[in-house]
Amino acid sequence: MDDTTEIVVEAEPLVVAEPVAAAVVERFAGSVAVDSLGQSVVHVPRDAWRDVVAYLRTEERFTQCSDVTAVDHLVDAERIVVDGVTPERFEVVANFLSHPRNRRIRLIAQVPADDPRIASITPEYPGAGFPEREVYDLLGIVFDGHPDLTRILMPDDWEGHPLRKDDVDARIPVTFKADPGPR
Amino acid sequence: MSTSTHDHDASTTETDRLLRQTSEGAQVLRRDTPAQPGAREIVLTGDSWPDDDETMIINMGPAHPSTHGVLRVMMELDGETVLRAKPVIGYLHTGMEKQAEQLTYVQGGTNVTRMDYLSPMSNELVFSLAVEQLLGIEVPERAVWARMYLVELQRMASHLLFQATNGMDIGALSMMIYGWREREEVLRLVESITGLRMNNNFIRVGGIAADLPDGWQQHTLDVLELVEHGVSQYETLLVENPIWQERTVGVGTITTDEALALGATGPILRSTGFPWDLRKAQPYLAYDDVEFDVCYGSNGDCYDRFLIRLYEILESVKIIRQCIERMPGGDYRVQDRKVTPPPRARIDESMEALIHHFKLFTEGFKVPVGETYSVVESPRGEIGCYIVSDGTPKPVRMHIRGPSFYNLQSMAAMVPGSFVADAVAIISSIDPILGEVDR
Amino acid sequence: MGLEAIPHNFLTGRLEDLVRWARRNSMWPATFGLACCAIEMMASGAAHYDTARFGMEVFRASPRQADLMIVAGRVSQKMAPVLRQVYDQMVEPKWVISMGVCASTGGMFNNYAIIQGVDQIVPVDVYVPGCPPGPETLLHGILTLHELVRTGEIMKRRAATGAGAGVEVAQRDGVPVTLAGVKG
Repeated sequence: MDDTTEIVVEAEPLVVAEPVAAAVVERFAGSVAVDSLGQSVVHVPRDAWRDVVAYLRTEERFTQCSDVTAVDHLVDAERIVVDGVTPERFEVVANFLSHPRNRRIRLIAQVPADDPRIASITPEYPGAGFPEREVYDLLGIVFDGHPDLTRILMPDDWEGHPLRKDDVDARIPVTFKADPGPR
Repeated sequence: MSTSTHDHDASTTETDRLLRQTSEGAQVLRRDTPAQPGAREIVLTGDSWPDDDETMIINMGPAHPSTHGVLRVMMELDGETVLRAKPVIGYLHTGMEKQAEQLTYVQGGTNVTRMDYLSPMSNELVFSLAVEQLLGIEVPERAVWARMYLVELQRMASHLLFQATNGMDIGALSMMIYGWREREEVLRLVESITGLRMNNNFIRVGGIAADLPDGWQQHTLDVLELVEHGVSQYETLLVENPIWQERTVGVGTITTDEALALGATGPILRSTGFPWDLRKAQPYLAYDDVEFDVCYGSNGDCYDRFLIRLYEILESVKIIRQCIERMPGGDYRVQDRKVTPPPRARIDESMEALIHHFKLFTEGFKVPVGETYSVVESPRGEIGCYIVSDGTPKPVRMHIRGPSFYNLQSMAAMVPGSFVADAVAIISSIDPILGEVDR
Repeated sequence: MGLEAIPHNFLTGRLEDLVRWARRNSMWPATFGLACCAIEMMASGAAHYDTARFGMEVFRASPRQADLMIVAGRVSQKMAPVLRQVYDQMVEPKWVISMGVCASTGGMFNNYAIIQGVDQIVPVDVYVPGCPPGPETLLHGILTLHELVRTGEIMKRRAATGAGAGVEVAQRDGVPVTLAGVKG
């Protein structure tokens, strides 16, 4: 375990203080590294998603995929602007952890609303199976190459994707009943 | 008799052997008792039996007593042997992540605390840490230590409950009574501090909700003594118990590589001989100031996971003792009226305090635009919180990485090849909390 | 033959009372733990609160052997059909306790995933408040149900509402439950 105490404190944007992020930016055209509150984040193009993940796993010794999730930016009041990244409605976010290096890195890919697809990373990290199904279920983003992309949390016959900001089924009227009076 | 139509290999499985025994028994029975004319013939042997290579899918749950809530497991069986198992989840899906988008950051704690209901404060802690990162505030020293103290108390309570339910699932029913006995004492202590037994909502953004009550040190020491006594009883009862070992040693093994690949964390990862604990590896709160050991196993089986959770109780006891000794004085929450409410007494005196109080609980506070991912080690592993803020008092997205959600996937690696009864032991040793799995 | 010819001590009474007495004293709950409340339900069964005092320590895994369903926790859209099926499998007469605010009204989770009150699926006899209700409150709810069954009040109320008896009890966390001081 090298560099256990590595914590970047300055929250300066667009400063690549992290060698892994720098290596990803160098290797994959179109990716941008930023520093988000001391955490190293790389915005990668959607087409390179799988390749970057494979690179992290094989070359950079990122042993575990901590988390895969997605964000719907439909109704944001304000949004972080990163130079060189075209903002789209959806963002797929994945956090990775390297045990030997004791580092974390976060990858973000922009996914447009009219074509919500991205490559699955289950071939690299089988543990991403459940979370990718969750993102598919709740936000309707399709992961190409996922072995079992079915609904996971909602019933199989559910219509819509509840975490989308414009999903109608996710809003239900409040069902307050009248007070029946003293009994 | 048509047993000869069964083409058995000489080297067949246990199931085949049993089936053949039944058939032969039937032959004997029929030879001794001549058939009555007109009697109904009961076919005990012959071609109507299914082929031996056929497997059966059985469904366990979601209302099954040993699945810890509403987990459903589909298992493919060959006789009594499980070939594969698939967890089916979502029966407790509560829409908490959607709910979080409709609640302010002040109210958010109420929501997340109901996820992992055995250690609610881990959820509150990870949520508060994420929001504090976004706000860029640092909590006072006393709040840091009090948080650590409370989280460790609940780690203890959670592992005590694991000992109870794990014992019950495997058949050591007395453990059910003993585990609850000690857990109840811890809960009473937690209740005296936070006012609630569960779903405390006590760790809040900016610190903790109230100061620790008078006499908490002595009360805690009394409880710790009871817990230590309890753990020594469990040790005597189970650790070298041959029946217990028969049920757990070598059952549900998983290797480090499999555990890492499947995203497993916490006691499951540590049971494989990989001493990874975020409290040591990436210290948060004041964990680098206290002394404790990371418990880890070597075989990756149910027994190791049981031992790890048992001895983690004692490590928590160690940490809590240090917390009692070294609890610093001072504020228990940030003195920033935009984030934490003013004391109740000030509201009667000061108009400004009243306004702050009103604004805080109606509108909440605004959080700068940004995104962050914070992690802590919950009793079940790495719990993470990913928050995206758009500068308003409500988050755009609040996502919790529940350790049970990921740990449950490791079941696919543990169950194949074991018996159905072992599958129960394996599910139990994963210790999934369905509230956190389904959120 | 007159009764005076029987040589032993005996009591006379109505058969109805005997049946109610038996129903009340052998109420077996089905295990239907869902969420946080299930933990408190288990705590009620453990040593400190001990539902064995009321003849209820056997939580039946099979709904066929149970006559009380304690809906302990939030009921999701996916779980609702399962819950109804378990209820249908129970034999009559059967009672339902809705434990906690989530089961009773949906609680704080007013969203797409949670059924806003389990009384939309099954008739509820006693609503127990709390999030989660402590063991004392649950025991209070159970004892209220016992009392309703013993007096036969529950059937009258069911006839009046057309569904469950729908009795709401107060939160009693921290108030010790004794066999003597039970009031509905």
